[in-house]
Amino acid sequence: MSQYGSSEVARPTAGPGALERLAEGLGQVGAIVGLEARKLAHDPTELFFRAVQPALWLVIFGGVFSTIHVIPTGPYTYLQFLTPGILAQSVLFIAIFYGIASIRERELGIITKFLVSPTPRTILVGARGLSASIRGLSQALIVVLLATGLGVVLNLSPLALIGVVIVIILGSALFSTLSMIIASLVKTQERFLGIGQLLTMPLFFASNAIYPITLMPGWLRPIALANPLTYLVDALRILMLPGEVGLFPLWVDVSVLFGVTAAFIFIEARLYPRMAQ
Amino acid sequence: MQNTTSDPILVTNELTRRFGDFTAVDRLSLTVGNGEIFGLIGPNGAGKTTTIKMLTTLLPLTSGRATVAGLDVRRYPAQVRRNIGYVPQLISADAQITGYENLWVFARLYAIPREEREGRIREALEFMGLSAVSDLLVKNYSGGMIRRLEIAQALMHRPRILFLDEPTVGLDPLARDAVWEQIERLRGHYGTSIVMTTHYMEEADRLCGRVGVLHRGHLVGLGTPAELKAGIGRPDATLQDVFARFAGEDVELGGGYREAGRTRRVAVRLE
Repeated sequence: MSQYGSSEVARPTAGPGALERLAEGLGQVGAIVGLEARKLAHDPTELFFRAVQPALWLVIFGGVFSTIHVIPTGPYTYLQFLTPGILAQSVLFIAIFYGIASIRERELGIITKFLVSPTPRTILVGARGLSASIRGLSQALIVVLLATGLGVVLNLSPLALIGVVIVIILGSALFSTLSMIIASLVKTQERFLGIGQLLTMPLFFASNAIYPITLMPGWLRPIALANPLTYLVDALRILMLPGEVGLFPLWVDVSVLFGVTAAFIFIEARLYPRMAQ
Repeated sequence: MQNTTSDPILVTNELTRRFGDFTAVDRLSLTVGNGEIFGLIGPNGAGKTTTIKMLTTLLPLTSGRATVAGLDVRRYPAQVRRNIGYVPQLISADAQITGYENLWVFARLYAIPREEREGRIREALEFMGLSAVSDLLVKNYSGGMIRRLEIAQALMHRPRILFLDEPTVGLDPLARDAVWEQIERLRGHYGTSIVMTTHYMEEADRLCGRVGVLHRGHLVGLGTPAELKAGIGRPDATLQDVFARFAGEDVELGGGYREAGRTRRVAVRLE
């Protein structure tokens, strides 16, 4: 491995080349995503319990608000308008508690084992963000099936579905890395759960998930526009509702989601190693 | 791998770590030879785990220098990680997946080539005596099996040096014997150098070629178990006596609530 030259301390030999690094990195991402997939395969009950909440929102909340027609939703029925919002909400709710896994892993010694492996920190964090999207995608499947069962007309063209998958992966990665950042800062389960609860409702209500931004009081609008959930909802609406143009063009929504996720991964890659100190 | 047999596998020079005003490890200078099993003993809070964390690149050094497998831990942390294996004191195997899957994940994280992966996993399972239970979920393993799995996980990439932090804490005597046996075989079979921490004198006595005694972050004794015992001046002295002499009245101190809580929780989960 190391070449001992004349100097007292060896310099590492030239490491793997760029292409090998890339292959190695992809393998490491596959390992972490595969780990999550295997965990869920051994015990998928959580996925089913998680489906209850969006079902309630769609059936009860959606049902009531479609009969009273108080929310102007343009050419769409309220349930049509609501479906992408509830999809985004369930992605948020499942991802925002993802960081609890790092706290558990810290209480055991699992985190140290990841950190002494040669996996770059950015990959450790980014791949965990990606693994969170397995849950997000399973939620998406349930919400889409439910909505279709309720007679909601959605754009289910292959292109739209591919778009939905990509946007949900981004959204899951965004909120799960935010969750990991919180976990790295607070370090205990109790504080983490408190902050998680504190965050979800404001993120949800200060967004366009269940009503359009135009209905919001003036002071709330800038907050909703600074809320990444708004861009997730907007992207999903453009993709899922036939003819919807959205608040912003799709590329803006996707760029915002991508940019914020990248920033969160960058920050967490620096905080995560402290969990083992 | 050539011409490394005569080089030490680990050298520290005035290795120091401070947390605020507290100096956890104070100017520790050590050399561990290639193929050696080296023990670090000392009471809770003596600096053993802090030392291991610095040597495994988990914790930045405050000052001093350390080279592991010939590589400076500050300058080349990524290369150091490729050359070491680490089994932390706390549980590091994932209970929700099988033993095989635990190894599969780490085989990929360590970039073991696809064509060798299956063979290395099977070999590690076989070596640690876990082949028969490889497809069981780890939550059904006994404490001793979990420990052996964790060692297997740390071995698949054939590290030149293995760090074991309290490898038998919380294990019953039978499981402990099995882990000791595997550690001895490991050194015999692969020639892996091992640095281990322990509170158990019997463990240091049986496994370690040399032992360093840490007390309040200082290295206060160093030698083979026999040399250390001879230093006491009583023919029937045990390492326990050595420990007591260096650590003095502080043996019961240190650690504190958090550490005690963790150690016991580990012991419970290992049941």
